[in-house]
Amino acid sequence: MPAQLYPGPSLATASGSGPETDPDRLSPPALRVRGRSIMALVIAPEPPFGDWFAALDEQMRRSAGFFADRPVVVDLGAVLENAGRDAIPVALEGIEERGLRVIGAEGVGPNLLGGTRWALLPTRLQGRDVAQSPPEPTSPAADPDAADPPAAAAASLLVDRPVRSGQSVVFEDGDIVVVGAVASGAEVIAGGSIHVYGALRGRALAGLKTGAEARIFCRRLEAELVGVDQFYRTAEHWGAGLHGRAVQVRCDRGALQLSALD
Amino acid sequence: MAGEGTVSDMSEVVVVTSGKGGVGKTTSSASLGAALAQEGQKVVVIDFDVGLRNLDLVMGAERRVVFDLVNVVQGDAKLPQALIRDKRLETLYLLPASQTRDKDALTEEGVGRVIEELREGFDWIICDSPAGIEKGATLAMRFADLAVVVTNPEVSSVRDSDRIIGMLDSKTRRAENGERLEKQLLLTRYDPARAARGEMMKVEDVLEILAIPLLGIVGESPDVLTASNVGCPVTLHNPGSAAARAYRDAARRLLGETIAVEAPPERRGFMSRLFGRKAAA
Repeated sequence: MPAQLYPGPSLATASGSGPETDPDRLSPPALRVRGRSIMALVIAPEPPFGDWFAALDEQMRRSAGFFADRPVVVDLGAVLENAGRDAIPVALEGIEERGLRVIGAEGVGPNLLGGTRWALLPTRLQGRDVAQSPPEPTSPAADPDAADPPAAAAASLLVDRPVRSGQSVVFEDGDIVVVGAVASGAEVIAGGSIHVYGALRGRALAGLKTGAEARIFCRRLEAELVGVDQFYRTAEHWGAGLHGRAVQVRCDRGALQLSALD
Repeated sequence: MAGEGTVSDMSEVVVVTSGKGGVGKTTSSASLGAALAQEGQKVVVIDFDVGLRNLDLVMGAERRVVFDLVNVVQGDAKLPQALIRDKRLETLYLLPASQTRDKDALTEEGVGRVIEELREGFDWIICDSPAGIEKGATLAMRFADLAVVVTNPEVSSVRDSDRIIGMLDSKTRRAENGERLEKQLLLTRYDPARAARGEMMKVEDVLEILAIPLLGIVGESPDVLTASNVGCPVTLHNPGSAAARAYRDAARRLLGETIAVEAPPERRGFMSRLFGRKAAA
């Protein structure tokens, strides 16, 4: 609900005297506060915590982007009922350890958080539940041959063997690092940047998520096509001068720039 | 070598594949098969090119084909009825392909059964793959323990071989079980003079792109064509030729011997030897 806090005339009227009516005192600058409606995720831990946190880890591994930067409200009702108040800090600790941003708790009174790190956590957040679809797995895919890349950390995918002709490595959640060559007729598509420690002979498309700030780096440029964000170039554009050299591709003021790294 | 156990216990299924057509798969299957048999191994070569069979011609068995792989897979014939023994080497057998049918007549389950049955009687099962990446090629590689990737030193052959290597790493039983499928490169139709002149890729360039170990280099040779037309693998027909020596060395490497790979020497004509002319470096 939008609220406006403004020590204006209404306050002055109520108290009879104040900054507005006293000419010798400067009025404090008006503080504008806006309201915003956002959607937080509500998670409800349940003992046994071993199982519940394992399930949470699995969910986070499969859909790395789902929880990223989302405010989280922790429903502690089940914890309180089944494990008692001493389990509350344990549950909150485990959630924060995983990098989730807790902005409030529910199902507990503020007195139950007293004495813990979370004593000031809001417990009377008003809000309405809204439909939230379950997170879709965004695990990295490599097709058509499903050459399987090793499990990815949240921000980058490491491929430690050559990408063969006809293979397609797609990782929308971050950077791709290839230790080896990318063959002619292969493609590497990343949400972030692409780093090829070897010859880049196929296609590389970077910045599906991060847009124009993504870059492509390679040890030897022999690529057929490179692209960052929405801009792409084929090999005939950059000619023979950069061929075979270590090159960086980036987006600069709305155009693709290729420059030698050595 | 596949699995545990001594060499004599475990049979090895080898797929000879390339992606590109016409690079020397059938020739190499026959020559390697014959060379292994000459070393005393029990070998069967299987033609997977249904409808365009060539292995029977190269082996000189085209007039003795009664039953073929499709017949065995579909249960119309038993395996011993279809196997053709080579007249020159008693431990070398051929399982021909059908000429009148097409690749859809083969099933994975049926081929798997045939290969399992062959494992009991043979040391080496060489699967001569058709060109391409469709069902014939994928079935030929499906049950392989080792792949011999045949490549000519030219760009389209190299790229197609790279594609096939990617498929070997994903479409085989071994790959699906998380095991490594050993892959080796057999470079065929290599001409050192043309490579030196820059008209053909160099060995190092091919190895750099394909990044698999080198099994051998077979130089461009008219002896190979002659042998095919006569219906006798070159290792039998002309054992002294450079091509035969190269295939024999490759077979010995498959058997575990360490032999350094030599690029075939330049074939210098009489006149150039007389006048001491060297090819451009």
